[in-house]
Amino acid sequence: MFDDFFTRALVTGIGIAIITGPLGCLVIWRRLSYFGDTLAHSALLGVTLAYAFSLNIAFSVFIISAVIALLLLNLQKRTRLAGDSLLGLLAHSTLAIGLVLMGFLSSIRFDIMGLLFGDILSVTVEDIALVWIGGSVILGILYFIWKSLFSATVNFDLASAEGMQPNIYNMIFTLLLAGVIALSIKMIGTLLITGLLIIPAAASRNITNNPKQMVFVAILIGILSVTIGLFTSLELNTSSGPSIIVIALILFIISLIPLELRGKLQK
Amino acid sequence: MSSKNNLLVNLENAGVYKSPKWLIRGVSLEVRRGQIVTLIGPNGSGKTTTAKMVLSILEPDEGSMKRYTDKIAYVPQKINIDWTMPLRVVDFMRLTNNLNDNEVSESLNQTGVEKLFKEQIHGLSGGEFQRVLLARAIAKKPELLVLDEPVQGVDFNGEIDLYNIIKNISANLNCGILLVSHDLHFVMSATDHVVCLNGHICCSGKPSTVIKDKAYIELFGEHRSKTLTYYQHDHDHTHNSDGSVSS
Repeated sequence: MFDDFFTRALVTGIGIAIITGPLGCLVIWRRLSYFGDTLAHSALLGVTLAYAFSLNIAFSVFIISAVIALLLLNLQKRTRLAGDSLLGLLAHSTLAIGLVLMGFLSSIRFDIMGLLFGDILSVTVEDIALVWIGGSVILGILYFIWKSLFSATVNFDLASAEGMQPNIYNMIFTLLLAGVIALSIKMIGTLLITGLLIIPAAASRNITNNPKQMVFVAILIGILSVTIGLFTSLELNTSSGPSIIVIALILFIISLIPLELRGKLQK
Repeated sequence: MSSKNNLLVNLENAGVYKSPKWLIRGVSLEVRRGQIVTLIGPNGSGKTTTAKMVLSILEPDEGSMKRYTDKIAYVPQKINIDWTMPLRVVDFMRLTNNLNDNEVSESLNQTGVEKLFKEQIHGLSGGEFQRVLLARAIAKKPELLVLDEPVQGVDFNGEIDLYNIIKNISANLNCGILLVSHDLHFVMSATDHVVCLNGHICCSGKPSTVIKDKAYIELFGEHRSKTLTYYQHDHDHTHNSDGSVSS
């Protein structure tokens, strides 16, 4: 029924949506949207290094993201600049370093558009395996540490006082976030991955009233965005990554409607 | 020997430094099982900092903190939960604790807010939220309970009500309570040991000793400290959460 590449794209995209659902909720609860963006920007440097030293792209992006996260923690101890300034500094300087290094590697042809926006239609069977196996590991760890991580998200002091060791779990969470970006960079691209983290979670918040519900609805909205987005891109011959994000946005707008209606009914 | 077993936490000459000054210095205190210890003092005197050392949220930069229990519950002074996080009272009750519905209801019942079970945290009034915070702490059945201004935002009748609940907790659970409070009435009438802070320990001891202490009178003013001596009394009735007198 479908061309083979399309099925591969669908399976990969759905896999990514299942991971970004819960992590996206945590990202918006913790006000880390810009942090996700910074990690994604630094991924370009990761990809460049992967080409330069012929490493696995996902592995190299993961390492760079983790280093950036540690650098951020270190910078926060050394200066009193606000978090968003430090994130901006890291995001754009790593992006710039990545681009400069790319210039030195003139023998390799980079598909810049592919890096920025991803190319979900070119995924291979190995990519599918990477997303689903890597994703299962990430979700497994997340499930295991959920209670500690969630309590630390609600209130750090409370979690700390009652023995939930928030520092350790915050660190693990950062690594998981780096992991998701590493897994999905090839399919979604550095500029759009934060969108897939944040928009389904934000839409979900509008129509749910407890944390677990929000996580599951976010996954559902992510899957819908990927599925409808890919079909649309096939039908209208638009780029697949951006189409997915546009559908997510449309779902977000729809999620606002019940709120408005509820407001009117209450008056 | 038995008194040693009852010791829950022990601060010795502890202090916390945050550039460019000491937030608190030279604090020695201990909390034992069944005992209510209160910290009083003006704003910025280091009450919350001291409580955070006891909870090991902050490490002492000098001196030492030794704790002999891990069963701890905490009611923080300030807690903001962003709207982005959808959270019902029941989810909040289970934050660091696995409780079934009955256990949640039971604890909420103890602070008079069982009807809030499924309400969103964001819709609660200040007083209701304090009751939920206290219920959550009770549900943990702690050995050491740290309460930082637990009655803020609660109306007058509610205050008496909550303080009675706190007194009952220490008796029923046989736990030690470290309480930060502005309410000198309660402090002087119902607690076992008072520590008066102002960047260091000004004075400490039994309430009846502390109110005669020069340092205490200086800190709280002669008028206020004197009126309190008349105030030691027992409440002969209790109130429901809506303020009515229960029979």
